[in-house]
Amino acid sequence: MAGSPVQVTGTVLTTRRVEAYHALTVVAPAVADRFRPGHFVTVAVGGPYSSMLTRRAFAIHDVKPDYGGTVEFVFSVRGPGTAWLADRRARDTLDLVGPLGRPFPLPRDPCTCVLVGGEYGSASLFVLADVLQRRGCRVDFVLGASSADRVFGALRARRMGETTTLTTEDGSLGMRGEVTDVLAGVIADARADVVYACGPMAMLRGVTAVCVEFGIPVQVSVEQAMACGVGICMTCVVPVIAEDGVTRMVRACTDGPVFLGERVRFDDVGTIPFDALGAPGGRHG
Amino acid sequence: MPVDLRSYLGHVELPNPVFTASGCGGTGRELAQFFDVTRIGAFVTRSITMAPRAGRPTPRMAETPSGMLSAVGLQGPGVEVFAERELPWLAERGARTIVSIGGGSVAEYTALARRLAGAPGVTAVEVNLSCPNVEDRGRVFARDGSAAAEVVASVRAATRYDVPVIAKLAPDVADVVSLARLCVDGGADALSMINAPLGMSVDVDTMRPSLAAGTGGLSGPAIRPLAVRCVWQVHAALPGVPIVGMGGVMTGRDALEMVLAGACAVAVGTALFHDPYACQRILRELEELLQARGFDRLADAVGLAHRPAGAGPRNRIDLEESSL
Ligand SMILES: Cc1cc2nc3c(=O)[nH]c(=O)nc-3n(C[C@H](O)[C@H](O)[C@H](O)COP(=O)(O)OP(=O)(O)OC[C@H]3O[C@@H](n4cnc5c(N)ncnc54)[C@H](O)[C@@H]3O)c2cc1C
Ligand SMILES: Cc1cc2nc3c(=O)[nH]c(=O)nc-3n(C[C@H](O)[C@H](O)[C@H](O)COP(=O)(O)O)c2cc1C
Ligand code: FES
Repeated sequence: MAGSPVQVTGTVLTTRRVEAYHALTVVAPAVADRFRPGHFVTVAVGGPYSSMLTRRAFAIHDVKPDYGGTVEFVFSVRGPGTAWLADRRARDTLDLVGPLGRPFPLPRDPCTCVLVGGEYGSASLFVLADVLQRRGCRVDFVLGASSADRVFGALRARRMGETTTLTTEDGSLGMRGEVTDVLAGVIADARADVVYACGPMAMLRGVTAVCVEFGIPVQVSVEQAMACGVGICMTCVVPVIAEDGVTRMVRACTDGPVFLGERVRFDDVGTIPFDALGAPGGRHG
Repeated sequence: MPVDLRSYLGHVELPNPVFTASGCGGTGRELAQFFDVTRIGAFVTRSITMAPRAGRPTPRMAETPSGMLSAVGLQGPGVEVFAERELPWLAERGARTIVSIGGGSVAEYTALARRLAGAPGVTAVEVNLSCPNVEDRGRVFARDGSAAAEVVASVRAATRYDVPVIAKLAPDVADVVSLARLCVDGGADALSMINAPLGMSVDVDTMRPSLAAGTGGLSGPAIRPLAVRCVWQVHAALPGVPIVGMGGVMTGRDALEMVLAGACAVAVGTALFHDPYACQRILRELEELLQARGFDRLADAVGLAHRPAGAGPRNRIDLEESSL
């Protein structure tokens, strides 16, 4: 880990549209300096007298050395917070806290990695691919979304990846279907050693199932509703099996968002599994 | 001239009046990345329970206008792990730690107080009375004055004489003043208010309650007027009892509002989720505001809004001593 997170008021350098998504580049040297692939930032939305109190979390898509250091994140408009962000213009300021979370662990020796992204989840994979390639790893991409305009970064993946496989549910780009339909083939062809995945929970669950069948590790970056992003509110928990074999409700923001896929109890997300530590009427230590 | 910001809970002196609110400051380690937790008046822990608790299922959080609903369900590792790993970390750094406790029965609160009586580094004990009483079909203690007073009395008896016991009250009770009085009669050295009142929201897309638990505690600026009203009423009725005011404090102005209504200290909860530096910032802003208004001491501002209309701030000291 490269030091602790900071809060900065950064100036928006550029805004751009990328298909169905918006991208904001913000000058934030202190965040860029500490960045590792897989980190995220949280953004205060609505201005100084905002009635929206909880920060919005976004994966860091890219960092660049311009103006001392910039960070870029990519988002789709979901509700009022992201709608406000979509209205930001160059030279506006944004209140950011970051970098946050446990980044993607990197392999010690060169190996073959498949990077799987769903919707905007692929945004965090390109800086990861860059670091992996600089360590001599082979990188293959599998990107998917509901439709062509929601597949983020297909071009960049084609440029960087040894192979790139695209899927869309409506068949408007690449294969019709979901990333999990093609993943087994990609893993087999590439003789992959490890998989990295970022996207909706249902996708991560499917990707983990495929990797378990191949007996290879998968690092998943999960998304959970977050109020603070810094580990103090306990609202973002997911059931995860720890090394001692005990399931605990752990914070996605600080214990994650990256977890070893097979340790996440995807089927039990949104519940307290009866055998979790401290579950009602269950295990007490 | 710097303002004398010292605040007193019973006979315990704190260097300043800004605390974290229970359940909103993690273990202290998380916030220590942003500011020195020994610089605030006190660090208040989340409510500690006897056994480990996994808490409620997700979603545990929903944003509402100027606030949020939350239902964490007192997730925590239990008092043993707390006393072995969390409390010593705070104590080693010299943080003044107020340990909040939560139980399902009088016996559980008492056992918690007893366990903490032997642990070094406890500045005060805060009794979270918004917990369901398992012996009363899950009715929360705060809704039943005599049960609340019984909890406070037994915690007081089990706690070292030099450690103040603070009773934490919620606003959604029939009469907050009589509840406060019962707690003080039961032995509470101070009161803190308000805990988050119950609220609810329904997601119109999924057409289900937004929170897995259905209802949740409403916090943030949305509840500030409710908090100010409670602090005001209780201070008017029990002017000698120290009150820790909380509920939607986001700025120094909000903190000053609590103080003027009668709080001698202010706790910051939801604001920390928005701004991890909130405690330090609010402390600085509060000091500037007091300075700008000519106060030498924070204590002179406590309850000042209770002076009769027309009385100027100059004769504030006389007025504070009158029994309003
Ligand atoms: C670690 C992490 C990384 C993320 N990365 C991206 C990204 O790169 N691009 C992107 O478009 N989105 C990303 N998200 C999701 C993004 O945070 C939500 O889309 C956003 O908070 C929605 O805000 P809103 O006001 O538009 O929507 P609303 O639905 O009105 O939000 C209301 C509240 O719910 C919370 N919330 C709602 N949905 C989510 C969600 N899925 N995840 C977390 N909080 C949520 C918000 O923080 C807010 O408190 C990420 C989430 C997490 C946790
Ligand atoms: C996520 C969350 C968890 C909380 N946990 C506790 C708790 O464990 N014990 C307690 O007494 N109050 C708890 N509270 C209530 C707060 O301490 C505080 O009384 C309330 O939120 C009002 O203050 P605020 O508006 O500044 O947040 C919690 C509040 C929130 C938002
Ligand atoms: S978002 Fe607050 S603890 Fe994770």
